[in-house]
Amino acid sequence: MTRWLQQMFAACVYGFLYLPLAIVALFSLNSSKYSLAWKGFTLDWYVKLWQNPGLMTAAFNSLIIAACAATLATLLGTVAAFILHQYRFPGRRILFGTLFVMMMSPDIVIAISLLLLFLALYLPLGFSTLLLAHTVLCVPFVATTVYSRFHGFPTDIVDAAKDLGAGEYQIFRHIVLPLAAPAVIGGWLLSFTLSLDDVIISFFTTGPDYEVLPLRIYSMVRLGIKPDVNALCVVMMAITVTALILSRKLLKEKK
Amino acid sequence: MNKSALFRRLLIGSTCAWMVLLALIPYLILLGASLLERGAETLVKPGLTLANYLHLLSPAVFSMAVDSIGLAAIAALLCLMIGYPFAYILTQASHKVQPLLLLLVMIPFWTNSLIRTYALVMMLKADGVINSLLLWIGLIDEPLQMMYSPLAVFIGLVYTLLPFMILPLYAALKAVDPRLLEAGRDLGAGRLQNFCRITVPLTVPGIIAGSMLVFLPALGMFYISDILGGARTMLLGNYIRDQFLVFRNIPMGAAASVTMTLAMGLMLFLYSLAHRRSGKEMMQ
Repeated sequence: MTRWLQQMFAACVYGFLYLPLAIVALFSLNSSKYSLAWKGFTLDWYVKLWQNPGLMTAAFNSLIIAACAATLATLLGTVAAFILHQYRFPGRRILFGTLFVMMMSPDIVIAISLLLLFLALYLPLGFSTLLLAHTVLCVPFVATTVYSRFHGFPTDIVDAAKDLGAGEYQIFRHIVLPLAAPAVIGGWLLSFTLSLDDVIISFFTTGPDYEVLPLRIYSMVRLGIKPDVNALCVVMMAITVTALILSRKLLKEKK
Repeated sequence: MNKSALFRRLLIGSTCAWMVLLALIPYLILLGASLLERGAETLVKPGLTLANYLHLLSPAVFSMAVDSIGLAAIAALLCLMIGYPFAYILTQASHKVQPLLLLLVMIPFWTNSLIRTYALVMMLKADGVINSLLLWIGLIDEPLQMMYSPLAVFIGLVYTLLPFMILPLYAALKAVDPRLLEAGRDLGAGRLQNFCRITVPLTVPGIIAGSMLVFLPALGMFYISDILGGARTMLLGNYIRDQFLVFRNIPMGAAASVTMTLAMGLMLFLYSLAHRRSGKEMMQ
């Protein structure tokens, strides 16, 4: 009996989480334009989406930013994880602490503080400021992912390499990096979804020249929606889910 | 200097450099800006003041802040009430399906929250799914007004942030040593007693972590109260955004952001305290 109740409860929570998304997916296939009544199956909205330059540009911009920020964050985050694991230096604990605080900070605080930096430096808001902001958002997640992978490393391999005369660079390039590769790629994919998921940081740190998808959807939701947004949401969800499943697969391999 | 030492210095130096530039300096600028006065011509004018923080305590702003904190706290409580039993049920599921069940929690977690908010609009609006369904069944004669109400904001916050509560709770529940529960049973404790006196105390750090991960973002999610709450409900995030983009009062917005950071610091402190305590209790 309790077992049955438990399953019912879990099913309700899943229903709560997924029903709205399922509805969006369903209506992206509905030929009715205005009402919710089911008027028949169609793929028209996906075609319309393809022909809507504003939406496509915004979606494309989002993907570009996500890919660039993920790459930059993976580079910086991997290096940060490497030095935290490999070296003992003054300020190491501060570095740890800063990464942790960066990870926990509310998005709006990160967004505002970076916006002030960009204003102080007279950087025009657009692609480059958005890229920097999303990189800052993602780095701590890459660093912790890669660092936890380093934690399970056999340290004797590094010691053996040192005994055989390997330099720091060689150790990094030929031992640590290949061993950490799944976590590095996993970190990239997490960053990619993290960047695509962001609304608040994009809202403050991009300019009118570089519109990204969440902001586009934001203004459309306020002005009134056409069903091609449904189609777009489905496409974006599919991209997110793919990146997520891939990253899970890669991160699990270590066990 | 040999190559290895150079390599090491390069890595440490570059990491520290970007951290100082992109994490430390922005926070310092934020802190500095919160102590300035708003200028008539320029954005800020020189001269340090605590006026912005005092203004946060003025009746109008203070009541907004209290409302916002209340809203976020209730959202966190709702998430906890749904999330704790749910995470507990997850840990009881068979080991084969657990990864899949967990993945199903993570997918919404990683889906763009604006897309998810938009999905909620489809459900809640006057000619939305819920109203159409209720009208069709005949339970109601005219559509319920669900959008643009505090209720819609609650639903939006819980819907968006629930996975943030479930994931740390799941990790905490998973880490409870089953031997302790066994020992409890051997000493004559029932399931409920075991749950209240072993499981819950040991998962306090998870409860705090989850509450923090819901409460803090909930304060800032201005787009949820915009889209679902209309102009009526204000979150701290709406206030900060308006100070920056509408009133161009950067010092005021900065002061509100710093206050939020302080709240985060306080919660992190509580978390580390709880973590240490539950660690000690385990030892005993």
